[in-house]
Amino acid sequence: MKFRTMLMAGVALASAAGFAASAHAADDKTVQMLHWWTSGGEAAALNVLKGDLAKEGFAWKDVPVAGGGGEGAMTALKAMVAAGNPPTASQILGYFAVDYAEAGKLGDITSLATKENWAKVVPTALQKFTTTNGKWDAVPVNIHSVNWVWINKAVLEKIGGTEPKTFDEFIALLDKAKAAGVIPLALGGQPWQEATMFDSVVASTGGIEFYKKAFVDLDESALKSDTMKKSFDNLAKLKAYTDPNFAGRDWNLATAMVIKGDALVQVMGDWAKGEFKAANKEAGKDFLCYRFPGTDGSVIYNTDMFAMFNVPADRKAAQLALADATMSISFQSAFNVVKGSVPARMDVPDTAFDICGKKGIADVKAANADGKFVGSMAQNYAQPPAVAGAYHDVVTKFFHGEIKTSDSAVTELVKAINAAK
Amino acid sequence: MTEITVAPLADVTMPRPRGSVRGRLQDALPKLVLAPSFAAILLFVYGFILWTFYLSFTNSKAFANDHLVGLSNYQKLWTWTFETDPPSGWYTAIINMGLFGGLYVVCCLALGLTLAILLDQKIRGEGFLRPIYLYPLALSFIVTGTAWKLFLDPGIGLEKAVHDLGWTSFSFDWVVNPRMMIYCVAIAGIWASSGFVMALFLAGLRGIDGEILKAAQIDGASGFMMYRRIIIPIMRPVFFSALIILTHLAIKSYDLVLSVTGKNPGGAAELPSTFMYSYTFTRNQMAVGSASAIIMLMAIAAIMVPYLYSELREKSQ
Amino acid sequence: MSAADALLAAEPRRDPSRSSMTTRIVIYGLLGFFAIVYLLPLVVMVMTSLKPLDEVTGGNMFALPKEPNFDAWAKAWGTTCVGLTCEGIKGYFWNSIKMVIPAVLISTLLGALNGYVLTKWRFAGHRLVFGLMLFACFIPFQSVIIPMAVILGMLGEWGNFFTDNLGVSLGFGNPTVNLVLVHTVYGLGFTTLFFRNFYEAFPTELVKSAMIDGAGFFQIFRRIMLPNSGPIFIVTVIYQFTNIWNDFLFGATFAAGDQSPMTVAVNNVVNTSTGIIEYNVNMAAAIIAAAPTLFVYVVAGRYFVRGLMAGAVKG
Repeated sequence: MKFRTMLMAGVALASAAGFAASAHAADDKTVQMLHWWTSGGEAAALNVLKGDLAKEGFAWKDVPVAGGGGEGAMTALKAMVAAGNPPTASQILGYFAVDYAEAGKLGDITSLATKENWAKVVPTALQKFTTTNGKWDAVPVNIHSVNWVWINKAVLEKIGGTEPKTFDEFIALLDKAKAAGVIPLALGGQPWQEATMFDSVVASTGGIEFYKKAFVDLDESALKSDTMKKSFDNLAKLKAYTDPNFAGRDWNLATAMVIKGDALVQVMGDWAKGEFKAANKEAGKDFLCYRFPGTDGSVIYNTDMFAMFNVPADRKAAQLALADATMSISFQSAFNVVKGSVPARMDVPDTAFDICGKKGIADVKAANADGKFVGSMAQNYAQPPAVAGAYHDVVTKFFHGEIKTSDSAVTELVKAINAAK
Repeated sequence: MTEITVAPLADVTMPRPRGSVRGRLQDALPKLVLAPSFAAILLFVYGFILWTFYLSFTNSKAFANDHLVGLSNYQKLWTWTFETDPPSGWYTAIINMGLFGGLYVVCCLALGLTLAILLDQKIRGEGFLRPIYLYPLALSFIVTGTAWKLFLDPGIGLEKAVHDLGWTSFSFDWVVNPRMMIYCVAIAGIWASSGFVMALFLAGLRGIDGEILKAAQIDGASGFMMYRRIIIPIMRPVFFSALIILTHLAIKSYDLVLSVTGKNPGGAAELPSTFMYSYTFTRNQMAVGSASAIIMLMAIAAIMVPYLYSELREKSQ
Repeated sequence: MSAADALLAAEPRRDPSRSSMTTRIVIYGLLGFFAIVYLLPLVVMVMTSLKPLDEVTGGNMFALPKEPNFDAWAKAWGTTCVGLTCEGIKGYFWNSIKMVIPAVLISTLLGALNGYVLTKWRFAGHRLVFGLMLFACFIPFQSVIIPMAVILGMLGEWGNFFTDNLGVSLGFGNPTVNLVLVHTVYGLGFTTLFFRNFYEAFPTELVKSAMIDGAGFFQIFRRIMLPNSGPIFIVTVIYQFTNIWNDFLFGATFAAGDQSPMTVAVNNVVNTSTGIIEYNVNMAAAIIAAAPTLFVYVVAGRYFVRGLMAGAVKG
């Protein structure tokens, strides 16, 4: 009976694993959290949340799936939801939250939101993603903005440059760096990075109203306009200032080039600040943060959210505790100091933040009041993923020379967006 | 093992107890044993293919839905198939699949066969060399891809090392050149899998009956002739196994592409697997993703089914 | 003579007497060249893992470590952070083991039985059945994720039902059991292929005479087939072990969290999007994750070739 014994052994092993983890009924005090914040700073910040919850008696069940902008995590999430076994909450971005909400997969935390008066303190634009038909089903952790440039101060001084205020001044500054033998622009040549930079270029070239018309309203005449063509031409100009090995580079390696002084500037969202912090660099002293030239006063945002899933009643208390802790002023401050972003609540004091953080907080407040607070197209905050994906395609093909002229770039953009709608 | 060929058993009438319940159970037993595996494959493979097929006619986006839209997803893919300037993602995926798949399979077979023949020449230290060629398959594609990306990176890898040695005009920038990237994926893939193919061929070579070779030698066949006329044809079944394993690896090489190219810049390293994955999971156009999966399966079927058919048929003769 | 004896006796048998000195040199030269090319990435990985971080980022990747040490290895194993828990990847090692062993055993045994039926107990349509099982090898895994999740979800419901009524889930809904199921199902095509091709060449007379002696289906399998299947078991087990151990997609999708296998944990260490990249720790983690499969290939490599030789690759 050799083979049967072996088979039995296999089955026994498998079911032993099953018995070991059959603690199903008593799991109301745990918070199961899917996220992709696995690296040093972010994980440390999330640990604050874990600690806050532990004080209230809730255990944290970590479900990290690292990689890119959470692609692996999103796949795992889809599988968990399809299996009818969603996590308590999941880190989520932009229109993905809307998709889950529309499919009826998210829970309802409106009671807590009303009690804590979140509608007053969270910018209205963000509530598009955190509420569905007036019901709160997600909480924002932070506000990032993508229209920043990060400059190595020593290199800037060496080449005798000053803060560029317009796109032309930016080009002049890059020329100066080139003449001095420094890599002017540190860039990671991956589709999402190129598209993220293009967000800023469009806002700088055509102004924020044009950006809204083109990307938020998807107005075809704006997408085809000469302004959009000029934006593509401006993007092409920037390419001349990269080093030859930029294709496929990760964004944080590009940031490292600026930190080390190999390169002058990186155009990147404020998560780049986390890298400077991790390398013990000080804002204002070692590195400078300016708005992308020509976009001062506007904020092109994206935000990390925790989507609250439709969990059984016995897990609801833990979920509410998680939402409450996430929205607490102390956590919003502590987390965002580390992450480089600004709090999603407008009533968090900026005392703990460095000068870039203080500027970020002030900018968000001002832009929100002036109607210049718009979602990033590249990051899925202006349009659903299908359209954003089409946008990535066109921008990266143009940037790498597959699309040769700005004329055909706008034609392709309109075509791709229409096919994705 | 002794090489004996006999007529398949089932062709011979067997003396078996018939009529009794026990007898009938005994008759059905082989099928009962096979049934769970076959049922699992019917459900988990063919059932899922049917489900995907159904989805490809809907307008499923982030989640599966029942809203039928006819052939529109296929129409999209069909138009994309001929969009060459600028190349659509789907067009690039098809071209790359041909380039990558062709290079990967052909080079793995060629390199594997060459190494096997070389190793079969009564080599001293064969036991030392064999695991060296074989070990890359033990690494996961993510690790392989990451290692090769670093290794080929002009800034820190091979090019820099050669420059440091003094040859400053040396240039090897394929991994950061979108047009050449797919070849880097192929290099990493061939590195990972050719050793396994070598093992398959080596085993095949060692399994050849010495008598046949001796007879050929007596007939005056040269070494080269022997390989071309006798040894390689005998190893046809080895090609069969190698081809099935390589094809399935080529089709599924998803991790490898993304880790070597770094998220596919310029869209130039698209493959059907990355296309399908991104449409299904990151772009929330599940129906388009499903349609591409179905087309991919049909393409594989068009190539593999006749091959499987002829190979399996010949066996029984 | 048993197949194993024949295997052990098998030696390269072509006579090299006609090869001249120059051809020998060319052969060794080529083999040596390829050996270096194949080894280079691993050597770089190992050297990187033995260097401190500043030496990695500042220096040449091909330079020998100045003061080799195992700090990065210790960190990867015991103290590096996987998500919010900083206990290294050691815990996930066990997760992988308890998933891989049952999955490999079950899929191999089922493959052996299938191969046995498909060669020695043929029925009308056996070729079609085998063809369908073989074609199943080509299904792209990305397209089975969602329906698979739905089915696993149903199994999870049963698990809850059993837990409520019996107090134990019987394994239903457990992530490890789920992975065992998934890997078994998608490994069946290959295991069946290997065993079918092996048993195809197995002398049918032995089976036939045993049958005339009154031996039943399982008796023949146990007494005649299994004792002669050593080599093919080795091949199949190695192949399945490598594939299942290295799988990332299913592991990350169906068992994320504290039940996740090694590859998922390593990905969480290596593939972080921000922060300083600790190349030395990453490489150490990657090597540790690959250690069991590397060990199997290097140690069992000779049996692997012998096993293949014994018939896995014969059509």
